[in-house]
Parts: sequence; structure tokens; C-alpha cells
Amino acid sequence: MAAPETAPTPTQPSPARRPVVMEGGEVIASGAGAQLSLRAFTTSKRAMTGTAIIVLLGLFCFAGPLLYHTNQTQVSLGIENSPPGPGYPLGTDQYGIDVLGRLMVGGQSSLELGFAVGIATTVIGLLYGAVSGMAGGIVDAFMMRFVDTLLAVPTFILLIIVASMFSLSLSVIILILTALSWPYTARLIRGQVLSLRPREFVQASRTMGATGRSILFRHMVPNTLGISVVTATFSIADSIYALSALSFLGIGPPPPFTDWGTMLSNGVDNLFNGYWWQVYPPLIVLVLVVVAFRQVGDALNDIVSGQRSGVVRRRRRFRLVPLSAPRDG
Amino acid sequence: MTGYLIRRAGQSVAVVIGVMILTFILLHLEPGSVARSVLGLKATPARVAIFDSLYGLNKPLYQQFAIYVKQLFQGNLGISYQLQQPVSTLIAQRLPRDAILLGLSTLLALVIGVPTGIYQAVRHNRLADDLLAGTWFTLYSAPDFMEALLLIALVCVQFHILPPAFPGGVTSVTGLFADWQALVLPVAVLAINSVAGFSQYVRSTALQVLAEDYIRVARSKGMSERLVLTRHVLRNSLLPVITILGLSLPDIVAGAVIVESIFNFPGMGLLFWQSALAHDFPVMLGGTLIIGVATVVGNLAADVAYSALDPRIRYGSA
Repeated sequence: MAAPETAPTPTQPSPARRPVVMEGGEVIASGAGAQLSLRAFTTSKRAMTGTAIIVLLGLFCFAGPLLYHTNQTQVSLGIENSPPGPGYPLGTDQYGIDVLGRLMVGGQSSLELGFAVGIATTVIGLLYGAVSGMAGGIVDAFMMRFVDTLLAVPTFILLIIVASMFSLSLSVIILILTALSWPYTARLIRGQVLSLRPREFVQASRTMGATGRSILFRHMVPNTLGISVVTATFSIADSIYALSALSFLGIGPPPPFTDWGTMLSNGVDNLFNGYWWQVYPPLIVLVLVVVAFRQVGDALNDIVSGQRSGVVRRRRRFRLVPLSAPRDG
Repeated sequence: MTGYLIRRAGQSVAVVIGVMILTFILLHLEPGSVARSVLGLKATPARVAIFDSLYGLNKPLYQQFAIYVKQLFQGNLGISYQLQQPVSTLIAQRLPRDAILLGLSTLLALVIGVPTGIYQAVRHNRLADDLLAGTWFTLYSAPDFMEALLLIALVCVQFHILPPAFPGGVTSVTGLFADWQALVLPVAVLAINSVAGFSQYVRSTALQVLAEDYIRVARSKGMSERLVLTRHVLRNSLLPVITILGLSLPDIVAGAVIVESIFNFPGMGLLFWQSALAHDFPVMLGGTLIIGVATVVGNLAADVAYSALDPRIRYGSA
């Protein structure tokens, strides 16, 4: 079928690349979306505070052991439960292991787990949700009932059950947590895809003969990336918390594995003896990292959904230029 | 409306069947055999065979599933490997105590959370709002066990006001109230975790309500601010809380596992935790099934209550 005569051919350059002319002015793009989102992120106090805390804690855990050498493998009963003092800035635990050094080692596993689960959960949830939303009909219904089933049982409960079946290591826990926490993302993404599906640009590309797969990867995935980043941030916080809660309950990976929850769990037994240095340091870093990730997630959520008025103003991607204004080119 | 309800109920039934399949699969997912994990690695093959035939573990999987479903409908959730009691009895003993613990804490959370949320909405973006939002956010983000530990350290270890845990052997519901001092901290910790969610949710709905025309009308006809808040803002912001109540059930249950294990509260959470330590799968999966069904029913009830209470809501019957 021939194109209508009035439509401009694609090869013909539109004047000054300003396609939309509105009454009283025209709309021109004033920047790329990614750049603007980045600017909204860097100007958000909460996002930057959270990021700063995460970066500092990351440096503390991964670069710290290079500068601060401690013995983290051998039990030294001669110095067990020493209070903070020279040689042990944060004291020692019941095996005579330096608490500050332990914090660094424990934090490594917490952070590694958080990022791994956050990324894996988001990728799986994004694809599953997008496919389900695009498929529609009975496929969608089946895929969503599966998600509902997993969501009906609290993740933490399932985590306890599965964790008590296997001999745990960091990678096994990452697998289990990923397997249990993607449905939330999937459900969210599917909702977003359903709202995108009737939009003009999707209809347009469908009319032009785009296949479902190309719509999925060229339109749905990029357009749901914003929410995905938000849920990824939250799932990092949630999984760090879940690991610590599991270790705290004594169902976590066996020694020599350590994370902040394990330290807390051991320290609590000694809280009544007044050994506060075994409890408060891991408690503080754990709360810091979870709060930091949630702050970043919350700030990102505001940016993506354009809730805060300030952010909305910064996110506006087009500006109106009066026709009378002098133009260049 | 009826069409919507039928469709919604159908979805719920599908999810309940899904949860049943899930618990059954989990029961058989355990590496090695159930008999080995209960009887130990040194069990003789003869004992393993007796155990397998006793619990029907030597039949094909589909037959086991059929038996499992049949038993479920007869109210039989299996027998605890460790305690040698029917799982249904164990759960039935503990559910009323959990209803009290979770009910009291949710009530407390609502009593604190709803007024704070409305206050925050009225003082929107002022210092009081920011301070409260920051406080709730930190409390919400902080792990449940942190609040429990800090409270124990402060209230029990420093000041000796309340006992740090329940005494063993509390069996009846009246027994719980006899030890009401021990009930204070678990209820408080669970409430703290829910308050943040409720207040932030009420805050955002109250903000939307405050921008409505009928609020402006109420104010312009000279209604006092207090009446505007109680008559219009409170009522209209309360409705969505019902949905949040239904949705937050899994979180509350998960929180209960940690809180009960810390405070030795004789409820489902403690039972669940002890079964996890002892690899007592029938108890864990029975509990999971109950929680799953409760969640599905809770969500459905919230949906129905929401539409019944708010005449503006009409679900499409498509």
C-alpha cells in the first residue's frame, strides 16, 4: 500500500530538526532522558547521601582489609572478649577475633550477596513480567497465578524452609534468594507493560509490522528499566536484610562464613555480659547499609515516577520556544 | 460486581491450589530422603523402609499428592517428625495466641500510624513532617531484630522493667495475659515495624484527599479544621488502609517468626523456627500452607470490604 502523499518521506530532512510545531511555539528536545535522570539523581540529597554511604561501606569492606591486617582465621582464646583498646579498636569477639576486621570480612559477603541478588532478581523479573504482559490471555493468566502462588507465602518463610534443606554457602544463598524474590518485580513490570501496550508508539510499531519480540526488547524493556532499577535497589536492601535475619536465627551458612547477622547473633549471647562492642558495631553498619539502599531506592522512585515537584521540573524533556524567537541555523 | 467477585474468587482458588502444589514439591525437594534426614545417616535400610511405608513415602509421587490433598481436606496436615503430634493440633494450639499477638500489634500500629500520617499530611514538607518521615523510614528500614535487641538492652538489661522473654510452659490464651509484662515488648516491636508503613501510606492518601474539591467546599462553608480532618480527611484516608492491611499480612507473619524466636513467644513463629532447626518439614509446610491460605483469603476479604465500604468503587465485570 502506498504511503499517503501528505506524509513526509523519511529521507527528507525536516526543517532544523524541529518536527512538532504547536500553536504559539514549538517543542524541541532539550536533552537526553538518561542525562536528565542522572542530573535528577545527582541533585537529590537523599540519593547522594545513600550512594555516599554505600560507596564508603564498600571501600571499608573491600579496600579496608588491604590496609588493616587482622587474623580472621585462628582462635586466640588469650584475648577473647577484650574491650576496645590499643590493638583492637572495636575489641574482640568470643574467639578472640578482631571485631573491626570481622566487620570488613562480614560486610564483603553481605554486599556481594546484595548486588548479585538485586541484579539477578531484576533481570528475571523484568523478562518474566514483560513476556507475561505481552503474551496476555491464558498464558498471562497461568504465568501470573504462578507468581501469585509464590507471593502468597512470605519470602522469608520460604527462605527458612529451603535454607534448612541445603548445606548453605554464599552462592547457594544467592541462588535461593533470587529464586524466591523475583515474583515481586515480575508483577510490577507486568503491570507497567499492560499500561504501555495500548500506547501509540507500541501500536505504531505493531502497525509497521514489528514482531512481539522486537516490541518486547525495543519498547517494553527500555520503558520499564526505570522501575526495574528502583526494585533492584530495594531488593539489594531486602536480601542483605534477609541474609542477616537468617544468620541471626542460626539457620544461615555454617562457619567459617560470616556476615553481619552472624556477628550480631553471636554478640547477642554476650550482650547480657556487657560486651556491647560485639553487638553495636555490626548493628550500626547493618542498619546503615539497609537504610542507605532504601534511601537511594526511594529517591530513584521519586525520580522515575516524577512525584516530587522539584524533580518533575528537572525531568521535563521539552521546552517551548516562541515562534518569534530568533533561531540559529 | 458479582462477575468481578467470581473472577477474583476463582483466582484465589487457583492460588490456593498453587500453594498446595508448592508445599508438596518442597516436601519432596529435600536432598536425600526424608527418612534419612529424620532417622539419621546410620539408620538401617529396614528402619528406612518402615519409615517410608509408615508415611506413604514409597508410593509414586502422583499417588502421594492425591493422598496429601485428600488428607488436607480432612484437616490432616501430617505428623510432626520431632514432636510426634499431628501438625494440625500443634497449629491449632498456637493460632489463637498469634491472633492475639498480631491483632494487638496491628491495632497499636493503626492507633499510632493513622493520626501521625494525617498530621504529616497537614504539616506537609514542614520540619515536623520531615522529622517523622525520617524516623519512620529509619525504623522501617532497620531490621526487626535490631529494635527487639535495643529494647531488650534498654528496658530489660538496663532498667529491669520488663522480662526479656516469655517463661516456658505458657499454654493457654489466658496464660498469655497472666504474663502481660512479657507481652509488651513483642507487641511493641511488631507495631513499630508496621507503624512506618501505615503512617506513610495514610500520609500519601491524606495528601490526595486534602487536595480534593470537597475539602475546599467544607472549609469554605466555615467548617472547623478539626471537623474537616475528622469528618472528611480521616474517613477518606482510612479506606485504602484496608488494602494495605490485607497486603501486609505476609510481612507481619515473617516479622512474627523473628520476634517470637527472640521473645520465646509460644506461637506459630516459634514453632516454625524450632521446626526449621530440627528439619521437621511437615510442621514447616503445614504452617506455610496455613499462612498462604490466610494471605489469599486476607487479600480477597480486603478487596471485598474495600468495594463494600466505598460506594465509588465499582469493579468492572469484564
